[in-house]
Amino acid sequence: MNKIEVEDLNVYFGDNHVLKDVNIEIPKNNVTALIGPSGCGKSTFIRTVNRMNDLIPSFRHEGNVLLDGVDVYNHKMDVVDLRKKVGMVFQKPNPFPKSIFENVAYGLRIHGINDNDSLSARVEEALRSAALWDEVEDKLENSAMGLSGGQQQRLCIARTIANNPKVILMDEPCSALDPISTTKIEDLIHKLKRDYTIIIVTHNMQQATRVSKYTSFFLNGEIIESNLTDKIFIDPQNKKTEDYITGRFG
Amino acid sequence: MGFRVLSPRISQKIMNIVFIISGLITILILVFVLGYILIKGLPVVNLDFIFSNPIDSGREGGIFPMIVSSLFVTLIAGIIATPLGVGAAVYLAEYAGENWLVKVIRFGAETLASIPSIVFGLFGLAFFVVFLGLGWSILSGSLVLAIMAIPTIFQVSEVTISSIPSSFREGSFGLGATKWQTVYRVVLPAAIPGIVTGVILGMTRAISEAAAVMFAVGAALSLPLSIFDPGRPLPLHLYILATEGISLDNAYGTAAVLVILVLFVTIITNLAVDRYQNKIMGR
Amino acid sequence: MDKNRINEFLIEKGLFITAIFSIMVIFVIILFILMEGLPAFEEYGFFNFLFGLAWSPNHGEYGVFAMIIGSLCVTLLSLLMAVPLSLLCAIFMAEVAPNNIRKILKPVVETLSGIPSVVYGFFGLIVLVPFLRESFGGTGFSMFAASLILTVMVLPTIISISQDSLRAVPHEYREASFGLGATNWQTIKNIVFPAALPGIVTAIILGMGRAIGETLAVIMVVGNVVQIPSSIFDPVRTLTANIAIEMGYATGLHYNALFGTAIVLFLIIMILLLVANYIRYKYKVDIGGGYL
Repeated sequence: MNKIEVEDLNVYFGDNHVLKDVNIEIPKNNVTALIGPSGCGKSTFIRTVNRMNDLIPSFRHEGNVLLDGVDVYNHKMDVVDLRKKVGMVFQKPNPFPKSIFENVAYGLRIHGINDNDSLSARVEEALRSAALWDEVEDKLENSAMGLSGGQQQRLCIARTIANNPKVILMDEPCSALDPISTTKIEDLIHKLKRDYTIIIVTHNMQQATRVSKYTSFFLNGEIIESNLTDKIFIDPQNKKTEDYITGRFG
Repeated sequence: MGFRVLSPRISQKIMNIVFIISGLITILILVFVLGYILIKGLPVVNLDFIFSNPIDSGREGGIFPMIVSSLFVTLIAGIIATPLGVGAAVYLAEYAGENWLVKVIRFGAETLASIPSIVFGLFGLAFFVVFLGLGWSILSGSLVLAIMAIPTIFQVSEVTISSIPSSFREGSFGLGATKWQTVYRVVLPAAIPGIVTGVILGMTRAISEAAAVMFAVGAALSLPLSIFDPGRPLPLHLYILATEGISLDNAYGTAAVLVILVLFVTIITNLAVDRYQNKIMGR
Repeated sequence: MDKNRINEFLIEKGLFITAIFSIMVIFVIILFILMEGLPAFEEYGFFNFLFGLAWSPNHGEYGVFAMIIGSLCVTLLSLLMAVPLSLLCAIFMAEVAPNNIRKILKPVVETLSGIPSVVYGFFGLIVLVPFLRESFGGTGFSMFAASLILTVMVLPTIISISQDSLRAVPHEYREASFGLGATNWQTIKNIVFPAALPGIVTAIILGMGRAIGETLAVIMVVGNVVQIPSSIFDPVRTLTANIAIEMGYATGLHYNALFGTAIVLFLIIMILLLVANYIRYKYKVDIGGGYL
C-alpha cells in the first residue's frame, strides 16, 4: 500500500525549474532512499512533502502530492497539521538551545499538551524509541547543545517521533556525523520502519543499500529510475543510473 | 617606484610603540576620570547620604529623592520602550522580509537614534508637558526617555534576532509549529541574551540622561510618590549642583553614585547574560 | 485551528504597529519642532536667523550663525584629536594586540561609553578648566576644553565601530599579504585599513553626530559666550547649549527662536546621517548596532 503518491510534480524557484514531472510512489512502513548528485532536487522533493518549501517566497509548484490520497497542497490542508503528521530530520542536527527534555517536549507543548505527567511519559517513550534514553536519562535538564553530534541527531529524531508522525523525512541525516554515530542512526532507522514510513535522502550509496528497501535515482530534477534497492544497485535499467552508481560521475 | 625612508622592520617597531601608546592613553583616560570621581566622591557617599533628603537645595543632606527619581523614570521608560523596541525588531527580523517599508522603518529608527537629546527635551516640553498637559512629571520624563531608548533596544534586538541560525526555525516549523510559536518559544529564548543587553543599554542611557529630561521632569527636590509628581533624576541634580555652584562635595558624591549605579547594572547584567548563554548552549 | 490563524494574524498586525511606531514618533517630533520653530523664521526671516551674528533676545535679535560656527569648531577640533587616537586604538585592538591586552581594552572602551555625559562635563569643570586656566591663562572655559571632553566622549563610538569594520575584512586578505612577506604594519596600511575605510568613515561621521548633539557636558566647560572664536582658547556657544541655557525662561518669539535653533541642529544632523547612509549603501558597510 502506498503512503504517498506524487503525480506530475513540477517545482520552480522563480524562473528556476527545479523538479520536472516527478512521479513516485512511497510504500507504507518502509524505507525509501533518494539518491543522486548534489543539486539534483532530492532535498527540494522531500521538502515539498511537508511543505517546508512554503517558507521560500519564490516557490511555485504544479501537480499533486497525495498523502493517504489527499493532496497536501489542497487549500483546506492545514500546514501545521501536515507537518505534525510528516516529521522531518535535517542534514545538520538542529536541537533548540533548550534542555534535552524541553527539546522533545516542544512538539507536544505547541500542540497543546501541557500536563507534566503525560509530557514526561511521552518524552521518555520518544527518547527510548530513538535509542537515546540510556545516555541522557540522568541529565534531561542539561542543554541539548552540550550533546555530541550523533546524540543531537538522535535527539532530533526523538523530537520528531514524540509528535507521533506517520511519515519521517530525513534529509541526509548522517552527513555531518562520524561513522560510529552513523551506524547508530542506521540501526535506529531499521527499528523505526516498523511504525513509520521513512524517506531518506542520502549521498552515500552504501547507506542506501544498508537502510532502504526502495530507491529512486534523481538527476537534474528528474527521477531517472525507481525500483527495489537491491535491483537498482545490482541491475540498473538506465544507463545514467549505472554511470552514477558505478561512480562515473557525481 | 619611490624609495623607502625606513626599512619595513623599523617602521613596524615604531608603529608597535605608537599602537601601545594609543592603547595606554585610552586606559589612562578612563583610570583618570573614573579614579578622580570615585576618590573625590566615595568619601561623601554613606548610608545617610543615600537615604536622606537634600537640605537647602542640596547644599547639605542626601540624594534619596534623586535616586528614586532616576530609578522611577528609567523603570517606566523601560516598561514602555521594551515591548515597542523588541516588537519592532521581531517584526523586521521575522515577518517583514526585505522591502521598501523595512528600509523606511530602519532609517526611521536610525534618525530617532541620532536626534540630539536636547531636541528630545524640547519635544518633551512642547508635546508631553504642554500639548498633552502631563505637566512636569515623572511620566513626561519617562515618555521622553522611552522614545530615546526605543532605537537602541530595537537595533540591538534586531541584530541579535537576525543572527539566530535559521536551522532553529526550520526545526520548529518541521514539528508543525506556527510562526508565532516558533518566534515565541524558540527564537526569542535564544535571542534573550542580546535582547536583555539591548534593553539594559537603552536603560543605562536613560538613567544617564539629563538634557532630555530637564524640561520634562521638573527639578523638584521632593520625593516623587506617583508618576504625576515632578522629580529630579541624578544627572540633572549633578548638573544643577555643579553649574550653580551649590555644593562641590555633594556634586562629587552624586557623580560617584551615578557612575557606580550605571557600572553596577551593566556588570551584573553582563554576568547574568553570560550565565544564561552558557546554560542554554550547554557550556 | 481557525483560532490559531486569527491569533497569528493579530500578532503580526500588532508587531507591525510597534514597527511603524518609530516612524510615527519622528513624524510627531518633526511636526512639533517645526510648529514651534517656524514662527521664528517667519518673523525674523530665515536668512537673518541663520546668518545673523547677533543673538540678543532682550533686543529682539536672533542670529544663530555664531552658534553654528561654535558647534562646528568644537566638533571639528575634537575630531582632530579623537580620530587619530581612536583609529590607532581600534587598529591596535583589532590587529595588533595579543588576546590578554584586548581583554583589558574591550571593557575599558565599554566603560568609557557607559559614563554619563554629565559626569564628563563635571570632570571637565573641576579638573580640566582650572588646569587650562593655570596653563594658558584666561578663564579656562573654552572651545579647547569642550573639544577635549568631547574627544573622550566620542572615543568609544569611533573605536568600537571602526574595530567592527576592521574585523570584517576577510582573513584571506591578510594571509595573502603575509604570504608575500609583508610586515603586519604594511599589511594594515596597504590592505586592511583601505578595505575597512568606508566603515571607518561611517564611524567618524557617527562620532561627529554625537559631538554636535552633546549638550550639558559642553555647557559646563565651553564658556557659552556668543561669538566667533579667534583662537581655540576663546569661549564659544554651541547650538545645543543655546537651547539648554535659555529654554528655562524663554517666552514668545524667544521661545520660538530656541525651537528654530533645534531645527538648525536637526538639519545638520540629518545631513550627517544622509552622508553616513550614502557611504554605507555605496560600499555596503555593516556597522551592526552602531548609531549616532
